Amino acid sequence: MEPLNNKQLTTPKLFMIAGLLLLAVGLLFGFTGALQYLVPGFLKQYLSFEKIRPLHVSSIVFWIIFGTIGAVLTYLSQHSGRKIYSPLLTKIQLIIFILSIIVIFISYCVGIFGGREYWEFHPLLALPIAAGWVLFLINFIKSVGSFKKQPVYVWMWLTGIVFFLFTFLESYLWIFPYFRNNVVNDMTVQWKSYGSMVGSWNMLIYGSSIFLMEKISGNKPFSYSVIAFALYFTGLFNLMFNWGHHIYTLPTYNFIQYISYVVSMTELFIFGRIILQWKSSVSIARKHFHHTAYRFLIAADVWIFLTLLLAIAMSVPAINVYTHGTHITVAHTMGATIGINSFLLLAFAFDILHDTCLPFTLYKKWFNRGYWITNLSLFIFWISLIGAGILKAKWQMSAAKIPFSTMMLQLRPFFIVFFISGTVMMAGFILILYPLLKNQFICYLKNILKKRKIKEQHVSGIFAMD
Amino acid sequence: MASDKQKIIVVALLVVTFLFYSFYLYSSLPVKDYTINEESGKGKLVWQQYNCNACHQVYGLGGYLGPDLTNVYSFRGKEYIKAFLNIGTATMPNFHLNNQEINALLAFLNSIDASGKSDPRSFTIKYDGTIKQ
Repeated sequence: MEPLNNKQLTTPKLFMIAGLLLLAVGLLFGFTGALQYLVPGFLKQYLSFEKIRPLHVSSIVFWIIFGTIGAVLTYLSQHSGRKIYSPLLTKIQLIIFILSIIVIFISYCVGIFGGREYWEFHPLLALPIAAGWVLFLINFIKSVGSFKKQPVYVWMWLTGIVFFLFTFLESYLWIFPYFRNNVVNDMTVQWKSYGSMVGSWNMLIYGSSIFLMEKISGNKPFSYSVIAFALYFTGLFNLMFNWGHHIYTLPTYNFIQYISYVVSMTELFIFGRIILQWKSSVSIARKHFHHTAYRFLIAADVWIFLTLLLAIAMSVPAINVYTHGTHITVAHTMGATIGINSFLLLAFAFDILHDTCLPFTLYKKWFNRGYWITNLSLFIFWISLIGAGILKAKWQMSAAKIPFSTMMLQLRPFFIVFFISGTVMMAGFILILYPLLKNQFICYLKNILKKRKIKEQHVSGIFAMD
Repeated sequence: MASDKQKIIVVALLVVTFLFYSFYLYSSLPVKDYTINEESGKGKLVWQQYNCNACHQVYGLGGYLGPDLTNVYSFRGKEYIKAFLNIGTATMPNFHLNNQEINALLAFLNSIDASGKSDPRSFTIKYDGTIKQ
């Protein structure tokens, strides 16, 4: 029997598609939240800001998690040349995660919260997420088989998966009164876990981008080189010890500040440098072949540079004291989650999903427009947040503070630019996502129809024989 | 190219240091006063239950729509906070909190206030780029 489709909709691809849908949903919640900044009381009765914010944050965090899982599983399989150890475990993990997210979203809408940053859902819902992650870990270890002479990205993936699990569990230590009874103790442990957790998913994303870069450039020896491992160890060192920059102003141990300051954020700088070096070695033909994916890697390069500038500045306590609690921190987060994480994940999505059963060239024009609209509007969006942050920092430091509400009114012009650029950016993302998702949907339908046709032919063949 | 053994040694050293650092912090938390204020403990859970963190900050961490509440207790006073909790604002919904919840939240905000200052003006910047309160 001829294969139905040699590019089937596998579970890792479904992870990526679910992630893309979460990105679209997250953008919509972000748009609503931004509108609430401009129109006080908008949707206050039904979806007030304390509901919209977790809906937005969770959608985006799960987009990162889903996209990363999809990329790691696909690339691991391509790296080893074998199938994933247990497709069943992957399916179970996907079902657990999707059901958990549905319950999480419903719980937010009806006002049930865990009330913590990032993980604002009820702590009971952390159990299925942790269980699903354990399945991912088992599947990964079993799929790799031997860890001897593995390239750097396999080390990065393993580290990312293990540390995510560790920090995720650590972020729930607050459920024990010993950790949560004092606000300083609670926040120290909380931001220790969150700081390292971001480093963990970065490890998974950067590992995947090294794999993709290598696939594009064909520069195989890089991922085994000393410089690649030096980069990895620097990243791991940062993941473990640079989390203190979140809590420089918290009256906690002074050594946390010193350690974090010294370790600082060198990871992105070295990483960006390596990507730039690779770029020069990529042949035009190969560049063209992976065009859409490669373009996002270039965009991420630019955002690594911009985010790096902010990150270095914010890792200096003397500067952090001004920027902390202002929209400059938000600008840094947006630059990292959209400009770096999301663009790299989109690079993986285009590499893994495009041309599944239909030529993507039909949508090239849409993609080009969406790509430029997203990048330019993100830059304006980012600048507006920095502008708002500078004004807020000035207010925080002023001798005679005007009321908070008056200060927020002064920031309004920046919020208007933030809202408009954010809306345009959402439109840009839709232009990018729509053809990708539409193709997948058509492929899925075609596959079903093809299966049905073969089944009918088979049945009619049996009757004919009778 | 470094051997697997060398790589494992580096990772093992980092992991051991990280675990030591983590467990040192868990076993020796920065604030040693473990006396439990039951009311404040309940207040913390009320704070989380209504997801106050989405709009408000404590020590500059949290949402950006509302003000930082680290020292609101001493700066504005109990009655001022009560008024906001009972009525809400144009942006903040009236959560229809009962008296127990309001008192617990007040106790929680009082405990945060007593823990330190979040005002960046109260920090001294040192020559090496570090800060001190």
